[in-house]
Order: sequence, then C-alpha cells, then structure tokens
Amino acid sequence: MTNSKGESVAEAHGGHLAHHFDTAEQQFESGKLGMWIFLATEILLFGGLFCAYAVYRSSHPEIFLYAHRYLDKTLGAINTAVLICSSFTMAWAVRCAQLGRRKALVRLLAATIALAGCFLGIKYVEYEHKWKEGLLWGKRFHAKLEQPAAPVVASPVPTPSVNPEERSLIAPAAEGPKGLAKPGQRPLWETGTGGPPKNLQTFFAVYFTMTGLHGIHVIAGMVLLTLMLLRARRGEFGPAYFTPVDLAGLYWHLVDLVWIYLFPLLYLIR
Amino acid sequence: MATNDPVFGAGGLGAGQNALGGDNYLSHGHGLKSWLLTLDHKRIGVMYLVSILASFFLGGIFALLIRTKLLTPGSSALMDANTYNQMFTLHGAVMIFLFIIPGIPAALGNFVLPLMLGAKDVAFPRLNLASYYMWVAGALLALLSIATGAVDTGWTFYTPYSTTTNASVITMVAGVFVLGFSSIFTGLNFVVSIHKLRPEGMSWFRMPLFLWGLYGTAIIQIMATPVLGITLLLLIAERALGVGIFDPSLGGDPILFQHFFWFYSHPAVYIMILPAMGVISELVSVFSRKHIFGYTFIALSSIAIAVISFLVWGHHMFVAGQSNLASMIFSALTFMVAIPSAVKVFNWVATMYKGSIWLATPMLYVLSFLFLFGIGGLTGLFLGALAVDVHLHDTYFVVAHFHYVMFGGTVIAFLGGLHYWWPKMFGRMYSELWGRVGALLVFVGFNTTFFTQFVMGSHGAPRRSYHYLPEFQTYHQLSTIGSYLLGMGFLVIAVNLVHALFRGRPAPANPWGGATLEWRTSSPPPHDNFAATPVAGDPYDVEAWAFDRQLGGFVPRAGGSGS
Repeated sequence: MTNSKGESVAEAHGGHLAHHFDTAEQQFESGKLGMWIFLATEILLFGGLFCAYAVYRSSHPEIFLYAHRYLDKTLGAINTAVLICSSFTMAWAVRCAQLGRRKALVRLLAATIALAGCFLGIKYVEYEHKWKEGLLWGKRFHAKLEQPAAPVVASPVPTPSVNPEERSLIAPAAEGPKGLAKPGQRPLWETGTGGPPKNLQTFFAVYFTMTGLHGIHVIAGMVLLTLMLLRARRGEFGPAYFTPVDLAGLYWHLVDLVWIYLFPLLYLIR
Repeated sequence: MATNDPVFGAGGLGAGQNALGGDNYLSHGHGLKSWLLTLDHKRIGVMYLVSILASFFLGGIFALLIRTKLLTPGSSALMDANTYNQMFTLHGAVMIFLFIIPGIPAALGNFVLPLMLGAKDVAFPRLNLASYYMWVAGALLALLSIATGAVDTGWTFYTPYSTTTNASVITMVAGVFVLGFSSIFTGLNFVVSIHKLRPEGMSWFRMPLFLWGLYGTAIIQIMATPVLGITLLLLIAERALGVGIFDPSLGGDPILFQHFFWFYSHPAVYIMILPAMGVISELVSVFSRKHIFGYTFIALSSIAIAVISFLVWGHHMFVAGQSNLASMIFSALTFMVAIPSAVKVFNWVATMYKGSIWLATPMLYVLSFLFLFGIGGLTGLFLGALAVDVHLHDTYFVVAHFHYVMFGGTVIAFLGGLHYWWPKMFGRMYSELWGRVGALLVFVGFNTTFFTQFVMGSHGAPRRSYHYLPEFQTYHQLSTIGSYLLGMGFLVIAVNLVHALFRGRPAPANPWGGATLEWRTSSPPPHDNFAATPVAGDPYDVEAWAFDRQLGGFVPRAGGSGS
C-alpha cells in the first residue's frame, strides 16, 4: 500500500474512509471542524475590510451619507433576496444528499448555481452603471457632482477631541471642515447650501473592495458547487457519505451571510 | 507493557529498533515521484526541512553581506545604498516568511505531531501537501521579485513608500500572500489533528507540551494570517489600481496599513516563538532526566500568550501618531505578555533543579535558549515602556532585541529540536563532539554579533542606515566578526549533520530516553508510523526508561510502568 494508494485501497472497500481515520464518524467530524476553522479565516479576511469601513465611516460620516445615495437600493434588495433563496436551496440540497435523493440533489444544486449567477448578473448591472458615471475608487474617480449654489460660512467652533491629551492650543480655523455636519444638524449638501464632501472616492474604494472580494467568493462558490453537481450526478453521495455537499453548503451560507452584512452597511446608511 | 510493545517487546531488544536496513518511510517508495506526490507527513516534513534550510542559507548569506558592508563607516564598497536597502529587506523577508514562520511547525512539527499523537498521519494529508506546494509557489514568487527588481521597503512594506517605490512590490507581496495560505493550511491541519486524532488515554492535559505549543501557534496562524492576507491584497490593489485606501492624497490613511500589518505581524512573532517554547519543554525534561515541572502552567501559558499576542500590536506604533491613551493601554498589555513567558522560564529552570542534567548537544541549546530568550524577553520590556521606546525606537537596540528573541529563542530551539529528532528522522546519530562544538560556536558568535548592537543602539545608532558615524565603528566591527563566527558555527553543524546521514552510527529507537510516543517506534519510523497503535501514558515519565549500554539507547525500565 503506497502513499497515494492508501486511500484508493480504502475506497475499493466501498467506503470513503482514509487510512489514518478509525471510523467514518471521526473522519466526518474532522472534515466539519476543518471547514469551520476555514470559515473563521474567511471571516477574518473580510474582517479587515469591515474594519476599514468602520474607521472611514466614523472619521468621515459625511462621505458615506452623501455617496451611498448613488447605490441602487432596489437592486441591492433584490440581490439580497436572491442570495437568501440560494441559501435555502443549498440547505435543501444538503438534506436531499443525506436522504439519498439524487435527482432532487442535482436539481437543487443547479438551482443554487443559477441563483448565484443571477446575483452576479445584477451585480454587473450595478457595476456598469458606476463605471459609466465614473463613480469609482481612488484614482479612477471622475464623477460629475452637483456644485453648491452659494459659498457656505460654517461655524468656527471646532468639536473638541475626546482625548484630553490632544486638545490643541492652536486657535480654531475660521472655517470648519467642508461638508462636516455638526451633531443633530443636517449635512450641508442636503440643505442645498454646501457642495459634496471631499474624498467621495473613499466610499467607492470601500464599496468596490468589499463587494469585489465578495464577488470573487461567489464565483469560487459556483465552481465548488459545480464540482458537487458533477459528483452528485455520478451518484457519489448518499446517507453514508455526504460530507463534501455538507461542507460546500457551509461555505455557501457564509458567502450569503457576508452579503447580508454588506447590504445594510453600504446601501441602507440612511 | 513489555508484551504489547512492538519495538521493545520481549526478546525484541536490540533487534529491529533501527529500521535503516528494513522497511521505513524513507525506503517505502522510490524515485522522485514517490517524494513529490507523497501524502506521508514524515516525507512532507523532510521536504519542508530541506526547503526552509535552503531559505535559511540564502537569508544568512544576505546577512553576512550586510555585516561585511558595515565594517567601515563611510565606505561604498561591496554594494551601493540601494542594494543595501534591498539586502536588509530580503534578509528580513526571506528569514521571516520563508524560514522562521514555517520553520518549527511545518518542518519539525509535521514530522513529529502525528507521531506524538500515535496517529498514522495528520487529519488532512492532501491539504498538508498542498500547503507545501503553496510554500514553494510563494518562494518562487519571492525569487521572481528578487530577479525583477528586489524590494527595498524593509520587510514591513510600509505605505506610502511601498506604493510609490519602483521595486517589484506586487510580486513580493503576492508571494507573501500565498505563503500565508500555506501557513493557514498547516495550522488548520494541526488544530483538527490535535482535536480529533488523539489516542486513547491522551487527554488534553496528558498531551506532550510540544503539541500545546503547536496548538497555540496554530490558533494564531488561523486567526491572524487572514488579516495579513487582506492587507496585502489592499496593498496590491493600491499599486495596481490606485484604490486609495492607504493613500492620504486620495483620502486614505497610511497608518491604517500599519495597524493592519501589525495586527498580523505581532502575533506572528508568537507563531515563531511558541513552537520553540514547546521544543524546549520537551528537551528540558528529557535531558534533566526528570518529570517536567508545572505541566499545567506551561500548557496554559502557551494559550495565554496566543490570546494576549492579539492585543499588543500598537506597541510598534508608539511614535507613529497613535493617541497617548491607546499607547498607554498597548504598553500595559505588552507588559502582560511577559507574565506567561516568565511562567514558562521559571518552570523550565525548576525542572532542571535537582535533575541529573545530561549536557548532550540538544541540552546545550536549551541552556543557550534560557540565557538568550531571557535577555531578549527582558529587553522587550524596555521597548514596551513608552518613554524609553521614544529613545530606542528605530535604533540597533530594536534589531538586537528582535534577534535575541527570534534567533536566540526560535532558531536556537529549532537547532536543539533538529539535533534531538535527527536520529528519529534519519536513523543515524551525529558526532556528539562536533555537535557540542557547533552549539558553542553559535552561542559565542551570536552574542558577539548582537550584544554589541544593544550597546550601540542604546547610544542611539539608527538601524537600516547605509553610512554611520565613526564612533560606532568598533561595535560594527565586533558585530561583523561575531557574524563570521556564527557562520562558522552553522558550517560545523551542517557538516556534522550531513556527515551523520552517511557515516553516522545507526540510531536506536530511543537514543535520549524520551517518554513521548515518537520514541516508541523504530528509527526511522515505518510508513504507517507504528506497527501497533501505542497506548499513551504520561509523556514526561522519563524515569521509566533506563540506558542500555549494549544498545546505546534507552529501554523501558524493568518493573517500571513504562507507559
């Protein structure tokens, strides 16, 4: 029994048990634990971006308030519904694999892949619109925005720092930062007296990196589910062995979950 | 136990303990393909070992070139300023990402972990091989970047310099990104193996401490590496697309890069040191011929270090414009890491107390570790103190501290572990005399190189500078001489170990009298690790093993429990 044959010998005995596991249950639990740990690394990968979002939104709320209006809430909501449906078909597919209902499993996997494709299609429509309008990240941002009707005189009183160490002795500037709203006051661009806030590209940098990374994960999920579909058609899964479908399902639910956070954070700011 | 033990079974003494002539994992398959496509954790461990030692050699050459350049204060001989920047960047990047992070876990850990668990393999053998090839791919990308315009940013890739320099940052950063995946896969494999493959009789608190060290390491690899991943992706996006997240002229924040980077890279130094501490825990008990002292404390301190390591990253940014309040909190948390580290050191020293210390080569490395890690750890407290750090920041003091922990700690423990497990890996003993000479040369060479840098740094000598003031010349020259001694030490070690592969005395199954499970199988182990699954007992019951003069190794003591 050579290294590579180690597993094929076990498979020849009708099972999927690798030679270094004692029982199928031990192997299943190992696979599941491994997948959960992998999902933890995925959450941390997105965590960096959520952290960047939090930093920029708290330091420049006016950018987020202003720029999020350029996102299409309807399309975002439809996409959310599409992904939630795909999670439902995925969960159903796992159940069918456990029950050994092959035909239903294949159909449900196909439905999940189709819904994922639908999500990407709608995403494409949104991206194309942004591309045409020049609502892009960092260097590429070149949108034409409405300009202020009249110059604004902002309050010269600055907001004191929360950190007592950092209170400055330098006299406050005559004009406050452009577009920054005081607490409880409507942002200047909403009253029609101020122009758009500076650095709008920051919002679109955050938007494109977050939805872009999520999109890559959707594509990876589609590839994974296609592999599952092909294996399911060959009848590899049944009540005795359904681990791969189960694990692919876990991954797909995470992809869905990330979007469920992205949608309100990016589209529903106000 | 004498009846059920496959290697030490009744009447089996002396025979069958060295498997070089018979079936073992090295002779199990032939040809290049049987190595390149292997799923055997032992072979993957050996491939990792060869690869990381090659990286270590490369990184070492860079270091010697830097030290040679620094012999004279104002000279431009040997390399120009730009090459010098590339040299120290590559020394750092190669040593950290290619050698020291995978060093103990992926090379030694891969070989030893399943054996210590009495298992046939790690939980996911294919993922293990994938992790190795990820490493190879990452290393190739790094080499490619050296060929196409070596990075000169320092190994930290700080923005905005890294987004504006014309070196091939993208290739290097992509390489490090791929290496991160390799590291995550190894960690994931180890966590699942430790959870699911422990044998009967091995509860969490009867596990060898090396496994606790690897477990703590794996937690950090899993939880911190993805954050480095996204940071590097953003850096690539910044350079390739101008995404602007770290670019102040586009409303971005370069300090955010530092936060992201150190959120990984501070825990990463514990990825480097925790497995080393695990190795020391094994060695100190075996070579003091005494049960480990304070087992539970050593085990839990590994986890404590892993947890606290996530909360201290801000101490790299005391002078980077962080708020004073944040700096104070980070400073306090930094001091807290010293507690579990000191718990370990005190327990190791207490293990040696009244033991019968055997000054074999691995034990010499343990003693080196205790001295050097002690100095390295305590100078870390100087740097964690806010006011002192303002003076010492970016001086040679930081360089010396880092090398005392990473070299004096991790590399020394790696060498100790390498000498300890070498007979198990390849079935041959090395020359004890030359092993000791090598250890001594490394100890003396290391201290000459880096202690002078502490002195120099406390006088304010800035790190990473091409020219320096003439008053620092004596220190620099001493340091360079030390680095040559260090190089000679490594030469002795390499010749000794390689010589052992061909001419060494065949190793017995248990040359050192260790009580962990890897010593219950032949040297080198068979393909399936154990002829029969061993029963786990107390991993530190070293007194149950007695030296057999005729065999040249240890056998279970007659009448002792031995299991």
